[in-house]
Amino acid sequence: MIVGRVVGPLVATHKHRKFEGSKLLLVQPLGEGDVPRGPALLAVDTVGAGVHEKVLLVLDGKAAGDAMRKKAAPVDAAIVGIIDYVDIPS
Amino acid sequence: MQVALVIGDVVATRKDASLSGVTLLVLQPLDPEGQPAGRTLVAADAAGAGVGEQVFFVRGREAAFPFFPVEPPVDAAIVGIVDHWSAEGAAPASRA
Repeated sequence: MIVGRVVGPLVATHKHRKFEGSKLLLVQPLGEGDVPRGPALLAVDTVGAGVHEKVLLVLDGKAAGDAMRKKAAPVDAAIVGIIDYVDIPS
Repeated sequence: MQVALVIGDVVATRKDASLSGVTLLVLQPLDPEGQPAGRTLVAADAAGAGVGEQVFFVRGREAAFPFFPVEPPVDAAIVGIVDHWSAEGAAPASRA
Protein backbone atom coordinates (compact mmCIF):
# COMPACT_ATOMS: atom_id res chain seq x y z
CA MET A 1 0.00 0.00 0.00
CA ILE A 2 1.07 3.59 -0.43
CA VAL A 3 0.17 7.00 0.92
CA GLY A 4 -1.36 9.65 -1.34
CA ARG A 5 -3.21 12.93 -1.29
CA VAL A 6 -6.61 13.38 -2.96
CA VAL A 7 -6.32 15.90 -5.78
CA GLY A 8 -9.92 16.01 -6.95
CA PRO A 9 -12.97 14.11 -8.16
CA LEU A 10 -13.47 12.71 -11.65
CA VAL A 11 -16.86 12.29 -13.30
CA ALA A 12 -17.53 9.68 -15.97
CA THR A 13 -21.11 8.94 -16.96
CA HIS A 14 -20.18 6.21 -19.41
CA LYS A 15 -18.16 3.59 -17.57
CA HIS A 16 -17.97 -0.13 -16.97
CA ARG A 17 -21.01 -1.34 -14.98
CA LYS A 18 -18.82 -2.51 -12.08
CA PHE A 19 -18.04 1.17 -11.38
CA GLU A 20 -21.69 2.10 -10.92
CA GLY A 21 -22.18 3.73 -7.53
CA SER A 22 -18.44 4.16 -7.03
CA LYS A 23 -16.71 7.50 -6.49
CA LEU A 24 -13.55 8.11 -8.54
CA LEU A 25 -10.80 10.34 -7.16
CA LEU A 26 -7.52 11.55 -8.62
CA VAL A 27 -4.73 10.89 -6.12
CA GLN A 28 -1.13 12.10 -6.01
CA PRO A 29 1.18 9.46 -4.46
CA LEU A 30 3.44 10.85 -1.72
CA GLY A 31 6.93 9.87 -0.60
CA GLU A 32 8.61 10.57 2.71
CA GLY A 33 7.95 14.08 3.96
CA ASP A 34 4.77 14.20 1.88
CA VAL A 35 6.76 14.97 -1.26
CA PRO A 36 4.82 14.11 -4.46
CA ARG A 37 6.24 10.92 -5.94
CA GLY A 38 5.38 9.67 -9.41
CA PRO A 39 2.36 10.42 -11.59
CA ALA A 40 -1.12 11.03 -10.24
CA LEU A 41 -3.51 8.11 -10.56
CA LEU A 42 -7.21 7.43 -10.49
CA ALA A 43 -8.62 5.35 -7.65
CA VAL A 44 -12.01 4.10 -6.49
CA ASP A 45 -12.92 5.59 -3.11
CA THR A 46 -14.33 3.02 -0.69
CA VAL A 47 -14.10 5.06 2.55
CA GLY A 48 -15.61 8.47 1.76
CA ALA A 49 -12.39 10.46 1.32
CA GLY A 50 -12.39 14.13 0.32
CA VAL A 51 -10.17 16.55 -1.57
CA HIS A 52 -6.84 17.36 0.15
CA GLU A 53 -7.13 14.39 2.53
CA LYS A 54 -4.20 12.03 2.97
CA VAL A 55 -5.25 8.49 2.16
CA LEU A 56 -4.08 4.90 2.14
CA LEU A 57 -4.12 3.31 -1.33
CA VAL A 58 -3.91 -0.24 -2.61
CA LEU A 59 -2.34 -0.60 -6.06
CA ASP A 60 -3.44 -4.12 -6.86
CA GLY A 61 -6.42 -5.39 -8.76
CA LYS A 62 -7.38 -8.13 -6.35
CA ALA A 63 -7.14 -5.87 -3.29
CA ALA A 64 -8.99 -3.03 -5.03
CA GLY A 65 -11.79 -5.37 -6.12
CA ASP A 66 -12.06 -6.74 -2.59
CA ALA A 67 -12.31 -3.19 -1.23
CA MET A 68 -15.21 -2.52 -3.62
CA ARG A 69 -16.82 -5.80 -2.49
CA LYS A 70 -17.15 -6.74 -6.16
CA LYS A 71 -15.91 -9.75 -8.08
CA ALA A 72 -14.11 -9.33 -11.40
CA ALA A 73 -14.18 -5.53 -11.35
CA PRO A 74 -11.73 -4.00 -13.87
CA VAL A 75 -10.01 -1.87 -11.24
CA ASP A 76 -6.37 -1.56 -10.15
CA ALA A 77 -6.37 1.08 -7.41
CA ALA A 78 -8.60 1.84 -4.43
CA ILE A 79 -8.57 4.16 -1.43
CA VAL A 80 -8.97 1.96 1.65
CA GLY A 81 -8.28 4.40 4.48
CA ILE A 82 -8.00 8.03 5.54
CA ILE A 83 -4.68 8.65 7.27
CA ASP A 84 -4.55 10.49 10.59
CA TYR A 85 -0.77 10.59 10.67
CA VAL A 86 2.33 8.66 9.69
CA ASP A 87 5.07 8.38 12.32
CA ILE A 88 8.55 7.36 11.18
CA PRO A 89 10.92 7.76 14.19
CA SER A 90 14.40 8.74 13.05
CA MET B 1 -6.32 3.61 -13.10
CA GLN B 2 -5.12 6.62 -15.03
CA VAL B 3 -6.63 9.32 -17.19
CA ALA B 4 -5.56 9.43 -20.84
CA LEU B 5 -6.32 10.96 -24.20
CA VAL B 6 -7.09 8.60 -27.09
CA ILE B 7 -4.66 9.65 -29.83
CA GLY B 8 -4.99 6.84 -32.35
CA ASP B 9 -5.94 3.29 -33.12
CA VAL B 10 -4.05 0.12 -33.89
CA VAL B 11 -4.97 -2.34 -36.61
CA ALA B 12 -3.54 -5.86 -36.42
CA THR B 13 -4.95 -8.45 -38.77
CA ARG B 14 -2.88 -11.31 -37.45
CA LYS B 15 -3.23 -11.58 -33.69
CA ASP B 16 -4.24 -13.82 -30.80
CA ALA B 17 -7.66 -15.32 -31.58
CA SER B 18 -9.19 -13.95 -28.38
CA LEU B 19 -8.31 -10.42 -29.53
CA SER B 20 -10.60 -10.63 -32.55
CA GLY B 21 -13.30 -8.01 -32.30
CA VAL B 22 -11.38 -6.10 -29.63
CA THR B 23 -10.63 -2.48 -30.57
CA LEU B 24 -7.07 -1.42 -29.80
CA LEU B 25 -6.44 2.28 -29.15
CA VAL B 26 -3.30 4.32 -28.56
CA LEU B 27 -3.39 6.30 -25.31
CA GLN B 28 -1.41 9.26 -24.05
CA PRO B 29 -1.67 9.34 -20.24
CA LEU B 30 -2.49 12.78 -18.80
CA ASP B 31 -1.59 14.52 -15.55
CA PRO B 32 -4.24 16.27 -13.39
CA GLU B 33 -3.66 19.48 -15.40
CA GLY B 34 -4.52 17.63 -18.61
CA GLN B 35 -0.96 17.69 -19.90
CA PRO B 36 0.74 14.61 -21.43
CA ALA B 37 2.45 12.54 -18.73
CA GLY B 38 4.55 9.49 -19.48
CA ARG B 39 4.78 7.09 -22.37
CA THR B 40 2.01 6.29 -24.80
CA LEU B 41 0.59 2.77 -24.72
CA VAL B 42 -1.92 0.55 -26.48
CA ALA B 43 -5.10 -0.44 -24.61
CA ALA B 44 -8.07 -2.65 -25.42
CA ASP B 45 -11.28 -0.63 -25.55
CA ALA B 46 -14.12 -1.77 -23.27
CA ALA B 47 -16.00 1.54 -23.26
CA GLY B 48 -16.62 2.36 -26.93
CA ALA B 49 -14.14 5.25 -26.94
CA GLY B 50 -12.79 7.08 -29.97
CA VAL B 51 -9.87 9.25 -31.01
CA GLY B 52 -9.89 12.64 -29.26
CA GLU B 53 -11.80 11.47 -26.18
CA GLN B 54 -10.54 11.57 -22.62
CA VAL B 55 -10.83 8.17 -20.97
CA PHE B 56 -9.65 6.23 -17.96
CA PHE B 57 -7.99 2.87 -18.17
CA VAL B 58 -7.01 -0.01 -15.92
CA ARG B 59 -3.68 -1.82 -15.99
CA GLY B 60 -2.79 -5.42 -15.20
CA ARG B 61 -4.64 -8.70 -15.17
CA GLU B 62 -7.92 -6.92 -14.41
CA ALA B 63 -7.79 -5.38 -17.89
CA ALA B 64 -9.18 -8.66 -19.27
CA PHE B 65 -12.24 -8.66 -16.97
CA PRO B 66 -14.54 -6.52 -19.18
CA PHE B 67 -14.26 -9.11 -21.95
CA PHE B 68 -15.50 -12.00 -19.80
CA PRO B 69 -15.97 -14.90 -20.56
CA VAL B 70 -13.20 -14.38 -23.14
CA GLU B 71 -9.82 -13.77 -21.52
CA PRO B 72 -7.81 -11.81 -24.07
CA PRO B 73 -4.07 -11.36 -23.42
CA VAL B 74 -4.21 -7.63 -22.62
CA ASP B 75 -2.54 -5.60 -19.87
CA ALA B 76 -4.45 -2.33 -20.30
CA ALA B 77 -8.13 -1.63 -20.98
CA ILE B 78 -10.24 1.50 -21.32
CA VAL B 79 -13.10 1.20 -18.82
CA GLY B 80 -14.68 4.65 -18.86
CA ILE B 81 -15.12 7.86 -20.83
CA VAL B 82 -14.36 10.98 -18.78
CA ASP B 83 -16.91 13.80 -18.60
CA HIS B 84 -14.74 16.11 -16.49
CA TRP B 85 -12.55 16.29 -13.42
CA SER B 86 -11.17 18.89 -11.09
CA ALA B 87 -7.74 19.16 -9.50
CA GLU B 88 -7.04 21.09 -6.27
CA GLY B 89 -10.06 23.28 -6.90
CA ALA B 90 -8.83 24.19 -10.38
CA ALA B 91 -11.32 24.67 -13.21
CA PRO B 92 -12.66 21.32 -14.42
CA ALA B 93 -10.89 20.00 -17.49
CA SER B 94 -13.49 19.65 -20.20
CA ARG B 95 -14.04 16.63 -22.35
CA ALA B 96 -12.06 16.98 -25.56
